[in-house]
Amino acid sequence: MTVVLAATAAVLFGCGTFLLLQRQLTRVLVGLALLSHGANLLIVLAAGAPAEPTFVGEGRRGTLLDPLPQAFVLTAIVITFGVTSFLLALAYRSWLLTGDDEVQDDVEDRLVVTRWSAAEELADAEEAAAAVHGDDLAHHDSTLDGGGAPHRVPGEEVRR
Amino acid sequence: MSALLALPITLPLGAAAVSIVVGRWRTAQRVIGVATLSALVVVSIVLLVRVDRDGAVASQAGGWEAPFGITLVADRLAAVMLVVSLLMLLAVLLYAIGQGEAELAHVGFHPVYLVLAAGVSATFLTGDLFNLFVSFEVMLTASYVLITLGGRRDQVRAGMTYVVISLVASALFLTTLGFVYASAGTVNLADLAGRFTDLPVGVRQALALLLLVVFGIKAAVFPLFFWLPDSYPTAPTAVTAVFAGLLTKVGVYAIIRTQTILLPADDRPATLLLAIAGATMVVGVLGAIAQNDIKRILSFHIVSQIGYMIMGLGFFTVAGVAGAVLYVVHHIIVKTTLFLTGGLVEHRAGTGHLDRLGGLVRTAPVVAVLFLLPALSLAGIPPLSGFVAKFALVDAGLADGWWLVVAASLLVSVLTLFSMTKIWAGAFWGAREPSPGGRPLPALMLAPTAALTALSLGVALFAGPLYALSERAATDLLDGETYVQAVLGE
Repeated sequence: MTVVLAATAAVLFGCGTFLLLQRQLTRVLVGLALLSHGANLLIVLAAGAPAEPTFVGEGRRGTLLDPLPQAFVLTAIVITFGVTSFLLALAYRSWLLTGDDEVQDDVEDRLVVTRWSAAEELADAEEAAAAVHGDDLAHHDSTLDGGGAPHRVPGEEVRR
Repeated sequence: MSALLALPITLPLGAAAVSIVVGRWRTAQRVIGVATLSALVVVSIVLLVRVDRDGAVASQAGGWEAPFGITLVADRLAAVMLVVSLLMLLAVLLYAIGQGEAELAHVGFHPVYLVLAAGVSATFLTGDLFNLFVSFEVMLTASYVLITLGGRRDQVRAGMTYVVISLVASALFLTTLGFVYASAGTVNLADLAGRFTDLPVGVRQALALLLLVVFGIKAAVFPLFFWLPDSYPTAPTAVTAVFAGLLTKVGVYAIIRTQTILLPADDRPATLLLAIAGATMVVGVLGAIAQNDIKRILSFHIVSQIGYMIMGLGFFTVAGVAGAVLYVVHHIIVKTTLFLTGGLVEHRAGTGHLDRLGGLVRTAPVVAVLFLLPALSLAGIPPLSGFVAKFALVDAGLADGWWLVVAASLLVSVLTLFSMTKIWAGAFWGAREPSPGGRPLPALMLAPTAALTALSLGVALFAGPLYALSERAATDLLDGETYVQAVLGE
């Protein structure tokens, strides 16, 4: 019994992790739900081997199940339920705003990257120019463009 | 005494409920919010004084005995964190009322803000791991709402990243709780402290590592920090400021708490923590240098500064942990102030982009001063609070011969100063005319920022007594005996 439950938890964790790594928000959401189910199952397992249910006035001492993990899991389920519904609302809002289910990239991150690659392309072009025209011209080019060009990156218009 | 422990949690929750009911009257919401937080500041200061005088205090909610019931406990570290956090929450609420951006956006702002206060307080005061999880969730759920309150496109995008990362961390936390309960049979921290020593070394270290990862995500340490600079800057200034000051530091608090009380002295992950600390400091500050927006530069600095706190903990000496506690106090105040000042700049000039800012030192000299003091303090220029805190850390590190990480921390200080001068040169110097989007600054935005700047100067001025207090807190933490006695009452 316990092995089956443990294997189920493992499968839930595996599927949850796989879905989390997708780009579609709905899949990420399902992945999160699976992940927390796996965690809840694990806590239930922490109660130990199957035994009698814990009710006041019933059962004998020593044959009762530890009720604490079940209290944990109940609390955790309520929390996960609330947060998942909030996330669903957020996903719906995101879909309304972008018309797409994909997770968007961070604009500023892209800007930093383009600024770097723009500077690198410039350096490459200068090296190529140096090979063709000789050192004087290349030096001249770099003094002209080296300082100002990285600021005029393609993504600049996005921000404005 | 038990009422004092419960008030920081119950009072804001009750006030939040009232605040929802009176949602139509903005003034009533404002009065409730400010009055509640002011009262809590007083309560937390009383608590700190009494805890510092008499030692740690605990109370069992509902009258159940210690390992089974819900334990609330305040030792010196928790009380110090509580005082500083509530002060920040109060100052930022006043700022938000002055600014109006986040506060006017939605009737839900005040209630959710109070719930956030309750969550932060509960995190500091709780005495068991499961309630730590619940407190984290209360705090995080409030923060999810605050970060996406405007409902703008970039906010939803950034909020999504933040919520998903936090949820993954929560699922991992739950998993860890399952493991802890399965192996030790309790989640009460004081009870765990005794039972952890009986566990096999491998199990103990695996559990400690899992807890480190869980809280490392919340505290944004290397390599788990990527979500932070992405999600923080899009929120309204007041929200970002309170997140920057408090939320990651709550993670740091949890790391300090669990890595000290749960592990016996010879089994603490010193080298691992110091390696993480060094990487966090260096990567964070390099990220800050690459950025071009005030809030984003400051967000990367949060990551960098977390490294200092972890470094202090990683020494695992009284001097080191005392330095870390002092650093956390300094950092919460200074970081919140810097974000508030960043908000002042954006409000005044209409943008936070360094490319389009300039000349503020002439058009808004007060803002320039309010930026310069905390910025220099963050970089560790004497005689400001950052210098005192960094000196304590470096001194502790050299005493134990951790040369490499100390050298890294000093290098990072220089780079911090460099990126602060980048903001200074971009925003305050130069000849740019103010852009048309700018507005004059309300006094209610300036006053809290100035008060926090004064508070950070106060930290430097009263560094002696504060360091002595941090030292007492560190002694308690590394020993763990007073905490266990207060909770289990043996």
